Amino acid sequence: MGLLTFKGGIHPDDGKRFSKDQPIRPLLPEGDMIYPLSQHIGAPANPIVKKGDHVLKGQKIAEAGGFVSAPVYSSVSGTVKGMEQHFNPAGNKVECIVIENDGEYNEVDYGPVKPMEEMTSEEILEKIGDAGIVGMGGAGFPTRVKLSPKEPEKIDYIIANCAECEPYITADYRRMLENTSDLVSGMRVVLSLFPNAKGIFAVEDNKRDCISKLQEAVADEPRMDVKALVTKYPQGAERQLIYAVTKRAINSSMLPADAGCIVDNVETLIAIHNAVINGRPLTERVVTVSGDAVQNPGNFRVLLGTNHLNLIKAAGGFTEQPAKLISGGPMMGFAMVTPDAPVTKTSSAILAFKKDVVSRNPETACINCGRCVEVCPSRIIPSRLADYARRQDIDSFVAMNGLECVECGSCSYVCPAKRQLKQAIGSMRKTALANKRKK
Amino acid sequence: MNEKYRVSSSPHIRDKIKSSNIMLMVVIGLLPATVFGIWNFRHENAWILVVVTTAAAVLSEYIYEKLMHKPITINDFSAVVTGLLLALNLPPTLPWWMGVLGSVFAIVVVKQLFGGLGQNFMNPALAARCFLLICFTGQMTSFVYDGVTGPTPLADLKAGEAVNTMDMLIGNIRGTIGETSVIAIMIGAMFLILMGVIDLTIPASYLISFVVFIVIFGGHGLDPQYITAHLCGGGLMLGAWFMATDYVTSPITTKGRILYGVCMGLLTGLFRLFGGSAEGVSYAIIISNLLVPLIEKITLPKPFGKGGER
Repeated sequence: MGLLTFKGGIHPDDGKRFSKDQPIRPLLPEGDMIYPLSQHIGAPANPIVKKGDHVLKGQKIAEAGGFVSAPVYSSVSGTVKGMEQHFNPAGNKVECIVIENDGEYNEVDYGPVKPMEEMTSEEILEKIGDAGIVGMGGAGFPTRVKLSPKEPEKIDYIIANCAECEPYITADYRRMLENTSDLVSGMRVVLSLFPNAKGIFAVEDNKRDCISKLQEAVADEPRMDVKALVTKYPQGAERQLIYAVTKRAINSSMLPADAGCIVDNVETLIAIHNAVINGRPLTERVVTVSGDAVQNPGNFRVLLGTNHLNLIKAAGGFTEQPAKLISGGPMMGFAMVTPDAPVTKTSSAILAFKKDVVSRNPETACINCGRCVEVCPSRIIPSRLADYARRQDIDSFVAMNGLECVECGSCSYVCPAKRQLKQAIGSMRKTALANKRKK
Repeated sequence: MNEKYRVSSSPHIRDKIKSSNIMLMVVIGLLPATVFGIWNFRHENAWILVVVTTAAAVLSEYIYEKLMHKPITINDFSAVVTGLLLALNLPPTLPWWMGVLGSVFAIVVVKQLFGGLGQNFMNPALAARCFLLICFTGQMTSFVYDGVTGPTPLADLKAGEAVNTMDMLIGNIRGTIGETSVIAIMIGAMFLILMGVIDLTIPASYLISFVVFIVIFGGHGLDPQYITAHLCGGGLMLGAWFMATDYVTSPITTKGRILYGVCMGLLTGLFRLFGGSAEGVSYAIIISNLLVPLIEKITLPKPFGKGGER
């Protein structure tokens, strides 16, 4: 079988050896639980608890603030301490509900769960939306909205994004190995919404064990298939993944549904399974703790709202003072100002590195080598776009297709002059998109 | 553990390769041709011209940046590349001070006055060669081998005389210091290809279009002897592998690079066959350098999702 892929991309050291063989371990948190109201794209959730309220695990503490939004649930039982401004993993101070964990983990009585076969599509979507599920790969787009295209019968492919192309992260890898049936069950739920769709598990071929495990699991599933992808970053970028699997290409002004596709990542599909089959809201996820400054890298099943400090402690602490902490992968994750921040729905990893290669590699002059053009999955010219961005020349930036950038960072990675291409293009894109919306 | 950590925009990892590594590899790639040239023209003491010209390029970059209170960038090896390339493009008998003048022109006028590394729109070494050619036409076109002054094989070829292509491959012929040995040049070029510094796009499109041109207009049809002599003669090989491939002065996209190679191939053919001089590589390359913005304009890539994904 030929491996599927796209044009461009890079091959950084994948760093997965540190944590890939560590089974998922459940982690019980210490200290207060912190729940940002905005862990997703769209309107922040509205708190429905107040200071002093006693809450149970699985109790809704904030409701969706609109259609494109998601509710937030408590992952522990305890007492609401109040609303506080707290750092989120991306380094912003955001409004959070703080709950004092009583350590009892008394759970809400979820009542009997209606079998999926008896539920209508609307009921299933309702369940997914109400469970607070968002794209857990990092984007955080409310899954209910994603699963509600105008014409569900025109969706041909549900793609499970099992690429996990970000270096170091092994959370999805462990999930695929250890929770294979939950993952397949999540896919079954999604397929029930789309009568004409085929479910594709798209896995990079550096995860052969996952491929064979999934192949076994879908052997009796006529509507599901497993496809192997070339191991390359950013194989898991939505547009590139859709192209690799279907040879259909969408640009920045289109949605995956325009190509008859919906993409969900591993953790999200498992959350869907938990919501629809088990009737449980989203209160936990798997997080990788890794990097060369971590004593015992591993993968942990973490209650949302757990402080990252707990994770570092669980991984044996640091071998030496790290120079940099990253929430998420090294290619698209956020550098953390402080580890004193909660795990949110989109936190896939915390990485600690001894060296900060960015500050060690100051920017120099572009030598026009063309490496950024070669690797750009969006097939644009990063070095030129960064020049337009530096000059604040929005018109040229847009004319040269700057809006097509997926901000994967391959250009910055490969640049021998160490230019911060993605940073320049990314910030210009934000300005250009904001201008576009104003018009 | 409550201290603040260093933040920066993603990505947080970087490839190991740096601009200075690339420049250093180009210097290494030029060494076979340099060493051969110094040996080939040992009676003319070519080594002095090579050393002085290269040193002058580095020194003029240093002095200019010092005087202009700019950061000193001689550690990036780009001035070494320019100086060495210029030296390899000079006749071994050229007075050393002319080499120095060429280096100063290349670095100060062509490179620094336009904004330094990455901003020059012409290959500095070639621009300096053309500058010297105009200023000192006599010395720049006088070629010696084993103490005997005479025409280069390429001039012989143009005059319709027989040439020894084996000598042209090995390089024991008249010419500039670094251009004579095709074998030495190719060893260096292979090194650069293996190291991923250059690829075949530009040299191949350049050489193929040049061959097509001389087959059509050269009057010798497909005569392999004639084609080989043209390929091995003059500065074509040094130009195609080491100067046409200069990142700064070539287009950034593959399509653009192909078109750029074709421009150089056609211009070189035109100059060699119909021009006054036997040689035409330098002018072909710097004129094509000037065409780069136009080439890039008509070879804009299509983005992903708008036809560019294939």
